[in-house]
Amino acid sequence: MAKDKTIQLTIDGKECRVPEGTTLLEAARSLDINIPVICLHEATTSEGLCRQCVVEVEGWGRLAPSCITPVEEGQVVLTESERVIRTRRTILEMLNASVDLSQSDVLQAQMERYEVDPNRFPGAKKREREILDDNPFYIRDYSQCILCWRCVQACADDMQYTYALAIGGRGHDSHITTFFDVPVPESTCVFCGNCVGVCPTNALQGKTEYLLEKGLQHNEIRARRRQERQDKRRSS
Amino acid sequence: MNEMAKTVRSTCPYCGVGCQVDLIIKENHITRVEAPFDVAPNYGRLCTKGRYGMDYVSHPSRLTYPMIRKDLGAKPRKPVDISGFRRASWDEALDLAAEKLAGIARENGGDALGTFCSAKATNEDNYLFQKFIRGVFGTNNVDHCSRLCHAASVAGLQITLGSSAMSNSIAEMKDLEVLLVTGSNTSETHPVISTFMREAVVKNGAKLIVADPRQIEMTQFADYYLQHKAGTDVVLFQALAHVIVKEGLVDQDFLDNRVEGLDEYLPSLESYTPEYAEAICGVPAEQIRQAARLYGSAGAAAIYWGMGISQSVHGTDNAISLANLALLTGNIGRPGTGLNPLRGQNNVQGCSDSGGLPNVYPGYQLVSDPELRQKFEKYWGVELNPEPGLTTMEMVDAAEKGVIQGYYVMGENPMMSEPDLLHARHVMEELDFVLYQDIFMNETGEYADVILPAVSFAEKEGTFTNSDRRVQLIREAILPPGEARADWDIIQDLALRVEVELGKEGSVGFKFENPAQIWDEMAELTPPFQGITHERVEREDGVHWPCPKPDNPGTPYLFTESFPRGKGKLTPLEYRPSAELPDKEYPYILSTGRVLYHWHGGTMTRRSKLDDIYPEALVEIHPEDALNIKVASDDWVKLRSRRGEIEVKVLVTERSPQGLVFLPFHFAEAAANILTLDARDPQAKIPDYKVCAVAVEKR
Repeated sequence: MAKDKTIQLTIDGKECRVPEGTTLLEAARSLDINIPVICLHEATTSEGLCRQCVVEVEGWGRLAPSCITPVEEGQVVLTESERVIRTRRTILEMLNASVDLSQSDVLQAQMERYEVDPNRFPGAKKREREILDDNPFYIRDYSQCILCWRCVQACADDMQYTYALAIGGRGHDSHITTFFDVPVPESTCVFCGNCVGVCPTNALQGKTEYLLEKGLQHNEIRARRRQERQDKRRSS
Repeated sequence: MNEMAKTVRSTCPYCGVGCQVDLIIKENHITRVEAPFDVAPNYGRLCTKGRYGMDYVSHPSRLTYPMIRKDLGAKPRKPVDISGFRRASWDEALDLAAEKLAGIARENGGDALGTFCSAKATNEDNYLFQKFIRGVFGTNNVDHCSRLCHAASVAGLQITLGSSAMSNSIAEMKDLEVLLVTGSNTSETHPVISTFMREAVVKNGAKLIVADPRQIEMTQFADYYLQHKAGTDVVLFQALAHVIVKEGLVDQDFLDNRVEGLDEYLPSLESYTPEYAEAICGVPAEQIRQAARLYGSAGAAAIYWGMGISQSVHGTDNAISLANLALLTGNIGRPGTGLNPLRGQNNVQGCSDSGGLPNVYPGYQLVSDPELRQKFEKYWGVELNPEPGLTTMEMVDAAEKGVIQGYYVMGENPMMSEPDLLHARHVMEELDFVLYQDIFMNETGEYADVILPAVSFAEKEGTFTNSDRRVQLIREAILPPGEARADWDIIQDLALRVEVELGKEGSVGFKFENPAQIWDEMAELTPPFQGITHERVEREDGVHWPCPKPDNPGTPYLFTESFPRGKGKLTPLEYRPSAELPDKEYPYILSTGRVLYHWHGGTMTRRSKLDDIYPEALVEIHPEDALNIKVASDDWVKLRSRRGEIEVKVLVTERSPQGLVFLPFHFAEAAANILTLDARDPQAKIPDYKVCAVAVEKR
């Protein structure tokens, strides 16, 4: 790739010149155009999974996921066309129909922006999972998980290189888990919490906050930890 | 849901990586810790201590008011827990401390005091501390725990380069080409740095050489794992140098222009053949050759090391042997190269930078240099002592002889960290006066006469300097408990009272209203800091010193043009075996060190939820040795050395090699330093925490 080649394109009617290799999303951001994203995070690799960042490129049959689509010379791009808006709304409605998004500030804001109908898919089944509370540091509530992969990526080659997390199951049963489904303390996890740091919903949450939200006071949380340790000692 | 929360940017109080953190505060508690993704050095990454280990600041056992020992004056002083103290007002406690310290100084001179400043406190706290000790008491007896960690790295790099800091920045690590990691269990002691090392290897195809007696996690990412026997570092690295010279892999240009001492050095390498090294270190000669070729022929190669190199009776030689490698091959002074001692404490770099050492003022300006001394005398308005002071363990020696009669300990725990603890504790019993200033009671505080409660990193302002010389801010995020006060504020109040006691009112200058003013005074006296202010650090999220001018961008990597001593010095070395080797009675080598979930003497982490995942000491024993001792994991053993004995649970693992047992030193109930040997490196005065002889018996 020639390093200094500049590409010229038009986004929402505005002229834009960016280096070759720039994505449509980055080009739009250079014009202060705010394209919503769900799975994309600055610390993890774009995979184009959620499709919330789609834009309409003139002459293309399909919408383009802007986070992984490089700019091309002379493109004319619309980031908020009727079709784009309809797609984003549907993505949110489908997510909302299958996952508990109530604790995600980011997704709540997007649902408001795209005027989501919470009853669009009345027959859909929400993923319901028990909260996994198997370590002193964070809980995992996969009923809030939108399968963005960020935690898996953060644990692997995007941040931590520890490889404790994986994706299990298929289709509607896809879920994030440890290898062989073992409790976190039995995995290679080193409890850096870098996965928690990139989680866009509250599927991964620090245990302190989780217990505070349940109404416990700090001294009660401490007492509870003491009790858990005693129980563990007794059982071993 | 979060309308009550506020976010405060700060610097992690654990290790020398200096991760930038956002503290999420609710109702005066740190409820969550996040990392900003766009800021060096960690770019959003944290380890378990940074993310989950900050809850110690709200632990109910925080010291919240000053206290005075109930049996004040009793001799010998016995260690007592908190119930052996009574509550006092700040005035009463500070007046008593001032009277006692001044009394000792008046009668026997300032050199009768031994003082410990703190690698956990800010640059400003430490600057003021040493100003107080030097300016008011006229002694240079000020030191801190870096004596016990990187003193040998400092000494070795001073000899070879004339400067002792990490030469390259953490930010450039992901672009490394070849890296040699030795004596550093990086993934547990500097976890975030280890992620950048692994990124270099996994994503960018860097080649990794790990040299370590223990099969640590980083070996899983290594191209070459050199498992040398504990204490044989000099032989291994001299053998690498031998191969590099014999196979013509030296950087001749660099040797011609930047290096001296080649003529004396080359003959000293002659005997260090890979075969000789194999016999001593146990590393196959062919592996040594291959690793030497990899390091020697790299376009850019960097060396990283930790306590495994420095905490040794030949620690200075170990560091020199690494410096020799870099000088021979020109792997220093460019991005992706360098000699990088990974610093332990959050501000161990800064504490030393700020003059927390017995032989130097801030910025490593020698107290013995008349010109430099006059500069400080003029600015502070007092006469200063030209004699370098005593190091931490020399202070113990001096206390034993009755030369030192009083201790002032700020934010350190020498009664956990010194070697041969039983001896060090006995010495403490005979002192006339002990002043202790900390956020918690610990093993050292139990010997105090007066306890002054300080505030944690989350309750004050100031700067920490991380391992790559980056000056970064901490900010007041929560209110301190009870009557606790910031270290700098306590020091200033105490200093003013001591001045009155000694009839020196107002002579030295303790009129600071905030830490930024303290920094400004230090920077004015310290050329490499002159371009740095709190305001600039705030604006730029951190500045690498040296930074001599406001328009200087700071220095992420050192030695581009020259070394502080002029030319780099190649230094001949001779292999000296460790001070105490296994024998019939004590057949195992004991190495001490750290585990991921704990920190040093455990004062912080054992009051954190981190203690839930790793609640007790475990001694690592190789499966073959476990068979001989007839123990399995979770059995208890007695570890016995010539100094003392402890009981501890077993973890059978191949991580530790046969013949060596590894014991973490975080646990007071199984204090590793009861066993260790007070044998010191002759130049750096650092004790050997990595090799002593022990017996292991099933309990």
